[in-house]
Amino acid sequence: MKTHTIHRVLSVLVVLTTVVLWQGCKPKAPGSVTTGDAASLAYVPPGKYDEFYNVVSGGFNGQMSIYGLPSGRLFRIIPVFSQFPENGWGYSEETKPMLNTSHGFVPWDDLHHISLSVTKGEHDGRWAFGNANNTPRVARIDMKTFKTVEILELPNSGGNHSSPFITENSEYIVAGTRFSVPVGENTDVPISTFKENFKGYISFISIDPSHGEMKIAFQLKTPGISFDLARAGKGPSHGWFFFSTYNTEQAYTLLEVNASQKDKDFIMAVNWKKAEEYIKAGKGTKSKAKYAHNVWDESTHTGVSTIMDEVLQLDPAELKDIIYFIPCPKSPHGCDTDPTGEYIVGSGKLAALIPVFSFTKIQAAIANKDFEGEFAGIPVIKYEAALHGEVKKPGLGPLHTEFDNKGNAYTSFFVSSEIVKWNVKTLEILDRVPTYYSIGHLSVPGGPTTKPHGKYVVAYNKITKDRYLPTGPELTQSAQLYDISGDKMKLILDFPTTGEPHYAESIPAEMIMPNSVKIYKIEDNNHPYVSKGEGMTKVERKGKEVHVSMTAIRSHLTPDNIEGVKLGDEVFFHVTNLEQDWDVPHGFAVKGANNAEILVMPGETSTLRWKPLSTGIFPFYCTDFCSALHQEMQGYIRVSPAGSNVPLKFSTGKIEDQASGAGQ
Amino acid sequence: MKHYKFIFLIALFAFSCGQQPASTENAAATEAPGAGQSAVKDDTSEPDVVRVAVGSPDHTTLVAALKAAEYVDALSNAGPFTVFAPTDAAFAKLPAGTVENLVKPENKATLQNILEYHVYVGAIREDYVQDGMKLNQVNLDNVTLNKKDGKITVNGANVLGVVKASNGIVYVIDAVLLPPDKK
Repeated sequence: MKTHTIHRVLSVLVVLTTVVLWQGCKPKAPGSVTTGDAASLAYVPPGKYDEFYNVVSGGFNGQMSIYGLPSGRLFRIIPVFSQFPENGWGYSEETKPMLNTSHGFVPWDDLHHISLSVTKGEHDGRWAFGNANNTPRVARIDMKTFKTVEILELPNSGGNHSSPFITENSEYIVAGTRFSVPVGENTDVPISTFKENFKGYISFISIDPSHGEMKIAFQLKTPGISFDLARAGKGPSHGWFFFSTYNTEQAYTLLEVNASQKDKDFIMAVNWKKAEEYIKAGKGTKSKAKYAHNVWDESTHTGVSTIMDEVLQLDPAELKDIIYFIPCPKSPHGCDTDPTGEYIVGSGKLAALIPVFSFTKIQAAIANKDFEGEFAGIPVIKYEAALHGEVKKPGLGPLHTEFDNKGNAYTSFFVSSEIVKWNVKTLEILDRVPTYYSIGHLSVPGGPTTKPHGKYVVAYNKITKDRYLPTGPELTQSAQLYDISGDKMKLILDFPTTGEPHYAESIPAEMIMPNSVKIYKIEDNNHPYVSKGEGMTKVERKGKEVHVSMTAIRSHLTPDNIEGVKLGDEVFFHVTNLEQDWDVPHGFAVKGANNAEILVMPGETSTLRWKPLSTGIFPFYCTDFCSALHQEMQGYIRVSPAGSNVPLKFSTGKIEDQASGAGQ
Repeated sequence: MKHYKFIFLIALFAFSCGQQPASTENAAATEAPGAGQSAVKDDTSEPDVVRVAVGSPDHTTLVAALKAAEYVDALSNAGPFTVFAPTDAAFAKLPAGTVENLVKPENKATLQNILEYHVYVGAIREDYVQDGMKLNQVNLDNVTLNKKDGKITVNGANVLGVVKASNGIVYVIDAVLLPPDKK
């Protein structure tokens, strides 16, 4: 008997082992057919977490998205500069002020670049910043709530591309204009007076070290050229900022041809510590400027927009020693400082070489006045005097450079569609991999910091074509993940992305995950129309406005019967989600609403404005599947003619008509 | 000039019904996770500069050189490019053995430099060309365009025809452009 049992156990074990071995030999996923163990390198098993949060710009969707690395899974789209009907951002009464500008309400923008906050040059996991390229603005996202909590407009800017790059201790983010424009009292000038009237402005935006609030500390008045990208110095170059420029030809038409005339444009080196000294010495001038500053108040769950009227400006043509130009071949795009802060990599996007400048040499050239002349009153350092060396013939169309933790650089090449790995010191090319297709930005986790996390590089490609199942003329965007832990880069994953990602950053999950907020505490909710319990719900008439203070909890809305609204009234549904439980949002929508739904997080209050255009009965309901009785979470609002005498009343669970038996 | 345009139109038409130009070139690359953009199967879109060259009966040498220099994929990308495309006759004017020598693997860098001297990143349409206009080519050397009585020359080479491609413009020329000697 005993032997029999042992035999049975053994045979079960043999079968199990065989199954395990057989499973082990099976291809792990279709992707593994292409490159050996690629699938396992990008695989995150069900229920397991990714190693990195990947914070990705949405480009023309105006949003920021959160992916996991290495899986490439999309976790969330955070609405920033564009309305998002999915959760009511920019539609709800509380969020509308966040999209206010000096041009009024602007419902869309183009978010290009991400900066994560840093302390001593390393990620600190507090905030993410993004830029609006169209109507110049910067935004701050709180990494505890993954919510846009501040948007600051930038006056005297034509298009905020060169932004929101950040200094070593998050002292400043910058904003350089891509389109120089006339500024000041008279901006109604002929376009052909570009050289005389058009100016570029660079804003230095200070970040409050404790709560993050942004303020335009000062603006530098710079020549009318285009500012493209930028990076702060770090370590020895802390206190400096480097900007790439193009159109130093100052062309104002057919830039495709006319802004590519010169062999070299400039990298602009800014000594911002010197600018601070000038400001302390009272050299700044206050200038009139109209711009919006929008701040989210988490206690009232409401954005407040304030129109500002002045900025502090410095003129570097008069105040010498703030800025210097360094010639850089052919319309430089990327301008990236390496983790040591010694090397600045320019990428002439139309050139077939990468110049690498040395901070030490730049300093020596400035000290020795090793200049080749001036441009618009600003000294131009001799190219050779600032140059550490050139990476010769690395590929075609270098755009951006990121760094790993081993002294290597990774440059994206749009024209030749590849990533090239090279050694920063020796300038030797070490490896190259194709991307599919036409890479724009690339991102190494921690790549712009003093301590890159390394491990991966993500290619954000501009052309998708045949990479995925086609979906008509409009395709998803294509990203590729490469393992860079070895000597050779290895493609391990293709993943589609939403919007049109430009830059992205990645940060280790453990720096963000423990701080992620689960609910808003209802007792801390100071919204003027909050109902902290069903007993506090009400419907009030204020002239032509009807304010409904409503609550939502599994599985009813209070009140769910509302009468006495008249044609011509505007109804404000102030919905408080009474849940204090993780991941139980309630949504709210009403028939015929000309805006969106609202999605209300636990403990939050959010308001949907509704102006009925006809009389009758209009249903409303919860849009987020919240419980087994979600489908029952609904109500009715009655709209009567303008002159009607139907009294205002509201209720939940009250059965008025005892006679018919309905509802009993 | 007109004659050339006609040939090109026929070539384009013939090509659009044909198969992909670079499929053989890229056959070896299929072990990699994917070939470059030249391998995208697309017979609907307007041909790119590579497909224009491949479709032309007068550019077999140029196409062979592009393949040897591994520039087929780069020139299939978004560009935009202005390509000066010497005809087979233009290559034939070079001293005997020059082309055979250039397409050898050990001379790839020299060949790439010469080909890069024929490519400008940017689409310079005929009507943008001004007499004396300089273009800084991919290899970082300049070519000079001249325009006299509507006739365009590049470094003295005659433009025989101009073909618009999806990702740029091809100027057919009657001489190979040689980059200036470096001091």
